Parts: sequence; C-alpha cells; structure tokens
Amino acid sequence: MWKYLFRRFLSMLFTVWVISMLSFALIQLPPGDYVTTLVNQLVATSAGSSTISSEYIEQLREMYGFNQPMYVQYFKWIGKILTRGEFGYSFVYKRDAAVMITERLPMSFALSFASMILVWAVALPIGIYSAVRQYSLGDYIFSFMGFIGLAVPNFLLALILLFITYKYFDKAMIGLFSQEFASAPWSMAKFVDMLKHLWIPATIIGLGGTAGLIRTMRANLLDELNKPYVETARAKGLSERRLLWKYPVRHAMNPFISTIGWALPGFVAGDVIVSIVLNLPTSGPVLFNALKAQDMYVAAGFILMLSILTVIGTFISDILLAMLDPRIRLQ
Amino acid sequence: MTINEIDLALADRASGGPSTESDVRIEVATQWQLMWWKFRRHKLAMFGGALVLFFYLLAAFAEFFAPVNFTTYNEQYVYAPPQMIHFFREGKLAPYVYGYKFERDPVSYKKTWAIDKSVIIPLRFFNHGDPYKFWGLFRGDLHLIGPVNASDPFYLLGADKSGRDVFSRIIYSARVSLTVGLVGVAISFTIGILVGGISGLVGGVVDNLIQRLIEILISIPTLPVWLALAAMVPLSWSALRVYFMITVILSLVGWMGLARVVRSKFLALREEDFIMAAQLDGVPRGRMITKHMIPSFLSHIIASITLSIPGMILGETALSFLGLGLRPPVVSWGVMLQDTQKVAVIAIYPWLLFPAVAVIIVVLALNFLGDGLRDAADPYQ
Repeated sequence: MWKYLFRRFLSMLFTVWVISMLSFALIQLPPGDYVTTLVNQLVATSAGSSTISSEYIEQLREMYGFNQPMYVQYFKWIGKILTRGEFGYSFVYKRDAAVMITERLPMSFALSFASMILVWAVALPIGIYSAVRQYSLGDYIFSFMGFIGLAVPNFLLALILLFITYKYFDKAMIGLFSQEFASAPWSMAKFVDMLKHLWIPATIIGLGGTAGLIRTMRANLLDELNKPYVETARAKGLSERRLLWKYPVRHAMNPFISTIGWALPGFVAGDVIVSIVLNLPTSGPVLFNALKAQDMYVAAGFILMLSILTVIGTFISDILLAMLDPRIRLQ
Repeated sequence: MTINEIDLALADRASGGPSTESDVRIEVATQWQLMWWKFRRHKLAMFGGALVLFFYLLAAFAEFFAPVNFTTYNEQYVYAPPQMIHFFREGKLAPYVYGYKFERDPVSYKKTWAIDKSVIIPLRFFNHGDPYKFWGLFRGDLHLIGPVNASDPFYLLGADKSGRDVFSRIIYSARVSLTVGLVGVAISFTIGILVGGISGLVGGVVDNLIQRLIEILISIPTLPVWLALAAMVPLSWSALRVYFMITVILSLVGWMGLARVVRSKFLALREEDFIMAAQLDGVPRGRMITKHMIPSFLSHIIASITLSIPGMILGETALSFLGLGLRPPVVSWGVMLQDTQKVAVIAIYPWLLFPAVAVIIVVLALNFLGDGLRDAADPYQ
C-alpha cells in the first residue's frame, strides 16, 4: 500500500509540473501581452491625439520582463511561487495575484466540493433504486430527469434561476453570502450563512453530473445483481436488504469512486461558468476577466491552482479506490 | 445457435420483426444488419435519431425552412412577441396570424406589444419571399411558409433587439451549432484514433508515455482551457477562421477519452482468436488493422462519437454565450443567447430563450441516439 501511495504521489508531482508549464504556455499564446492591451487603452482614452513613444513601450516591457525568452519568464514565475508563494502582480486590479487567488480559490473549492457531495447524495440512492426497481415508474421518472439535467447547459439553469429569483424572490438568494456578511471577516455565523446560500449554485453545477452517475450506478448494480453469487445468497435465505447492501452495492460503487477524479474537472468548469453568470465571488469571474484582459499572472495562477485542485482530487480518489479494492494497488 | 442468438430471434419475433425464417436470417445476417435490428428495438433511440435527422435537414435547407433571412430586420417590430399560427379559417386551410398593435405603458412610457385580433395576416405555403443564394450557389426565394404580403410582420417565436425573426435565426443557427459538433468530432476522432491506435498497437514505453500524457491532459479543467484558448483568437479574424479555430479548440479537449477507448479496444483485440488466426495466415499489418481490427470496433467508436457531439454543442454554446466563441454576424444558438445575459432582458422578453430550447432538444436527441447505438454496437450480447 505504501509503495503504491509513494508511486502515485510521485506521478502526481510530475503531473503538477507539466500542468504548471502548460498553464504558463497557455497564457503566453495570445499575440501581444498586457503592454499591448495597456497601449490600446491609452490610445483609446486619449482619443488618438497623442501617440505613445515606442521607447516608453519598450520601457514598460522591460519593467514587466516581457522581453525575456519564455522559459526564463516561466522559471522566474514558478520559482517565485515555490519559494515565496508569490504569484506575480495583477495588471488590471493593481493587486497581488496571490491575494486574489487566496480570496477566491477557497470559494471555488467549497462550491465544487458542495456540488460533488450533492451529486453523490442524490445519484447514489437514485441509482440503487433505479437498478432494484428496474423499469418501474420511478426508474423512468428519474432517468428522464437525469437526461434533462444532462441536456440543459448549466449556464442556462443559472439564467433561469436568476430569472425566477428576479421575478418572485428578493435578490439576496443569489450570491454566496447575505448582505450583512458579504464583507464581514470570517466567523461561524458567516460560514453558516454561506452554507445556506451554497446549495443553489451547487445544485445547478451538480445537475449535469448527476445524470451520468445515476446511469453508471444503475448499470453497474444491474450487472452485479445478475451475477450468480446474488442468486446463491438469496437461495441461502439472506434478507433482500442485506443481500443488496452487503455485496452488490459495494462492488458497483467501485467505478463510482474511480470517476471522482474525472468528474472534478467538470465541477470546476461548471463552477467557472455558473459563477460568471451569477457573479459569485469564486474564481470564475476573475479568471474570465483576467483572460480577456491578458492579465497573465492572475490567469495563469488561477488555471494552475484550479488544475492542481483537480489533480489532488484524483489522487485522493485513487487512494480511496486502492483502499476499497486490493487488486488495484498490486497492479 | 447460442442462447443469445435465440434470445435475439425471439425478441425480433415479439417486436414484429423478421418472423418465421428469423433463425435463418439471423444466421446469415451481417454484423451491421444485426446491429440495425437491435437498434430498431430501442424506441427512444429511433425517436432521437429521427429528431437528429430532422434538425440536420433543417440546417441543410435553412434557406427554405426559415421564413426570412437571418439578417432581415425591421426596426418597427423590435422585441415583438411570438405570434400564434392558425391553420384554418372558416373551415378551409388558410394559415394566418394576428397582427400587432403597440401601446405605451402609461407609467413607464415603454413600448409594449399586444396581439391585435382585428388584423389578420394571411400566410402562404411555398411562399416567394426574401431572395437568397442556397448554399451560396443557387438563387431562390422559395420559403416553406411566409406572409402573403411581404411587409406584414410574421414572428413565430418573436423578434429580437433589432426586429429580426428569432425563428428564422434559430434555423440558420442550427447550421453552425450542429456542424461545430460534427467537425469537432471529426477532428478529435482523427486525433483519438491515431494516438489511441499507436498507444494500443506499439505498446511498451510509447504506450506508457501517451497514457501519462492523456492522464495529465484529462485532469485539467476544460472550461478554463477553452476560455484561455478562445481568448487568444484575434478580433480581426474572419468569421470562417474563428469558426474553425473554435472547433479545433473544442476538439483539442475532447480527443483524450476517445484515444483511451481506441487503445483499450486494440489491446483487447490483440488477444482475440480471429486476430491470431489472421496473423498466422500472414496478413500484413496494415491490412490487419484496416480490414480486421477497425471494423470490429467501429460500431463502438460511432456510438461514443455520437455521445461526444452533445458536449461539443454545449461547449460552443457556452463559449459563444460568454462572448469568447463565435461572434456576430455569424449566428449560432450560443451567439443568440448572448442577448439573454442580462436578467432584465429575459424577464421582459422571455422568447429570447428559445434558442436554448433548440439546444436542449438536440442534445437530448443525440444522447438517446448515442445510447441506442451503444446498446446496438455489440449485437452478439
């Protein structure tokens, strides 16, 4: 087990390293850099009356270090992150990118985590029900709802929610905090307040994933239920409830846990777009604006941290799986 | 005859398929025939397939099915609400809609539309309306339905902020939204089958490397990457270039899953007896792959690419909705939904959400179709 853990940990580190390079390269891809954006803005605001001297532009580039080759910039960037936890400077917000990340990322994490818990809490019992009562009315209803959840883009759900709250409720429902807590320091009361608000966006993000998991659980459990050992257990007089929970459900859970890792990027993506629509204080809106304005350190930092979050999630799901199924760690 | 085949025969008989000679027919049927028979039993998938076909036909002949061109506007009817179409008048087939009258709200002075039942706008099937160039090649002006008098308003699903017909725009959008999925899948299919094939066939270090790479790529959340890549598309690019770029971006993220499927199929096939037999017969490698291996899992691939089209459509919609995907004047469902970003707009003009209904129907239909294909892909089971 320890050997497996160690090996898995090393590969996680490697993954994180590759992702750090990818996220930096991704940010460098757009033609031009922040100085280009800045110059465009300056020209636009001064109505083109004065042109900005190319020396000044060069000076700016020099100042931000944009003139250096990409790998130098990369190593400087990653070096600062590793040694001092500095993510660079936000050109747009004129703030430390690390502060912005620490402000927003925990919210993204909380939201993604809440959606995952919600999906599990909903999909698992429904999947089991649908398998045990295959082709019952409930099975059809749940399958249908699952399909709807799969087909409706989550930004649309967010829009519809906005619309409903706009029309029938007060606006305080949207957002992660009540007004009195929005800028308050963290406290127990604020945390409870957040939990009260969290379930709405979490449901929206989770709905798409629920359908897939219900169907996986249903299919897996159906496979298990048709196996001879279930028949044997039944012949030996085991009660139906015990018969179901003791073996088939556990077996069927297996792929369930192994897919957490793949499901996580989906939750993070859902968090990004739903937060943009609902304007939640998570990573989404900031990342979106940073990408549009070529605010490279903020964007790269967020992509890196969000990816690392999912990699860690995958790592945890692998460990859980190895604990659950001894065959995996021996491979 | 195995138990499964008898099962299949019985099921076919029950569903009114091949009757008395079914046993013989199943024995001599090709794999594709067996799949078709199995697929046909899946009613929901048949329905989904029909819907998908319908939408692609709509997209292909958009010029004909849309009452007007997607650029036609009329500032007189900005945000006009949907009209209900009536087919019969005085017991005869004579389709018509009611006209509009607009009122000023006494409090806000805002222009509000109301349906005016005293004005009847007659419609005509196979109407000569807006001229167009079908597929950019043939001139025409024939539309499935349209107002007899070209200046009359006809807004089945309402009008948008420039007084353009939402219904016509939805039909034209299908062209872009549906083909983004197809082209994207074609690209990721090519990458997936190439990478997965190399991984599965070569094995060893190469396989290991490719698998690690895929694991890394799969663990990056898609949307931030899409956003980052889409944000780099310069504003000055032509619509067509942006379209292809967005498709490439969508498929860059989608090929990994397919590569995994292909690889596992190749790995499983290497152990199969018929491959061994072919090898012993001295079949050259290239012929082995194209003639024996790929056909045996092609059905699975078709099923899984059908299931990956909805993701592409949703991806394009999301990107365009955020303003990072396709841009006007190109019209896609996502581009149309850009207008609904402000909640106040939805509250007053809810019909602007109709493109989303189209997205949902198509995605559902493709999912049903893909599910049925997946079940039918293995007719021997």
